[in-house]
Amino acid sequence: MASGKEIRTKIASIKSTQKITRAMEMVAASKMRKAQDRMYRSRPYAEKIRAVIGHLAHAHPEYKHPYMIPREVKRIGVIIVSSDRGLCGGLNTNIFKLSISAMKEWQDKGFEIDLCTIGNKAASFFKRLGGNIVAQPTNLGDMPSLEDLIGAVKVMLDAYNDGKIDQLFVVYNNFVNTMTQKPTLQQLLPIKADEEDEKLVHHWDYIYEPDSQEVLDGLLMRYIESLVYQSVVENIASEQAARMVAMKSASDNAGNLIDEFQLAYNKARQAAITQELSEIVAGAAAV
Amino acid sequence: MAMTVHVDIVSAEANIYSGMAEMVIAPAVQGEVGILPLHAQYITPLSEGAVRLKLGNDKEESFYVSGGFLEVQPHVVTILSDTALRAHDIDEKAALEAKKNAEKLLSDKQADFEYAKAEAELAAAMLQLRALARLRKLKK
Repeated sequence: MASGKEIRTKIASIKSTQKITRAMEMVAASKMRKAQDRMYRSRPYAEKIRAVIGHLAHAHPEYKHPYMIPREVKRIGVIIVSSDRGLCGGLNTNIFKLSISAMKEWQDKGFEIDLCTIGNKAASFFKRLGGNIVAQPTNLGDMPSLEDLIGAVKVMLDAYNDGKIDQLFVVYNNFVNTMTQKPTLQQLLPIKADEEDEKLVHHWDYIYEPDSQEVLDGLLMRYIESLVYQSVVENIASEQAARMVAMKSASDNAGNLIDEFQLAYNKARQAAITQELSEIVAGAAAV
Repeated sequence: MAMTVHVDIVSAEANIYSGMAEMVIAPAVQGEVGILPLHAQYITPLSEGAVRLKLGNDKEESFYVSGGFLEVQPHVVTILSDTALRAHDIDEKAALEAKKNAEKLLSDKQADFEYAKAEAELAAAMLQLRALARLRKLKK
């Protein structure tokens, strides 16, 4: 049986670990709330643009933007959103699993794949895997702004415009609630026609200044950017939620361990006392 | 009371303003426009400048936009504001930076990559050790 001192140092070390995990849990909880706020705040923008684009596409059936026309697929672009840091449960692993199974399917069909990785974890993972990474934004941190993503998104949009890639996807963790984050694969380009849009009957058209094409071009670019931004923000909320849950269970486990060691320590201490007593008694009897 | 129109100013990152106004003055790319209630449907890109809202009773509020879009419906005016200054060359620069970053990542054999590799190897070694220990126990 381990000696009393050994057990005591072990308990002390687990206690300090527990303090850290508990602090991380609390930090993650407050960051999650902020990330969630940002997530909800960015929704109206994308919805509004979507409504306007839907209308524009309907009012001008003769002008089809390349973003809306499906074409034969040879090469696929994927934007993979991951976290910068670990210790957040299976969050990143789930994303990688989903991406790899999708990528495998595409490769079996003979498509090539270009990657854009957001977050350090995806970058190092797909580098090790030997993926073709064409763009990566830097230093996003916990509060990314749309500005930080423009460059990376533009690389992918340019590739689409030049015909280098024929489809664009984004993979991210969809924040369902604190306990559930769902890895999601979403198609960005070409934009899928919405069924609701088809049903709308329009009796009017906008006055465009300078002209409808320019308006549509600008809007579509911003729409894609806002979708990517939305997925990044959603992934951050998921990351914090996953970290909070992971750290909570780590703290709980540490508590259980401490209880077990405390019991072992008490037993060892009691045994030592009993032994000492019996030795003294035996010694006295011998005299 | 004067007629009012509902105004929403939204950006990709936040809802900036939502409320009623008697008149909206915005810096459209082809010159400043003033929108009154019941204006016909209208859409235009915005250039950098101030969006001013006349709220009635000589009250006015103004917001800075670095660009974006103005969408007008008879009863609703929506301003889709950009969060950053947009210009072709600035976007181009950001794109180049993202590309360079990816190239740097791929050419950089050291640092994080090595760390991740070592981590994976360590995990594999640990598994092997555990399997060995289990085998030994079984033999005993």
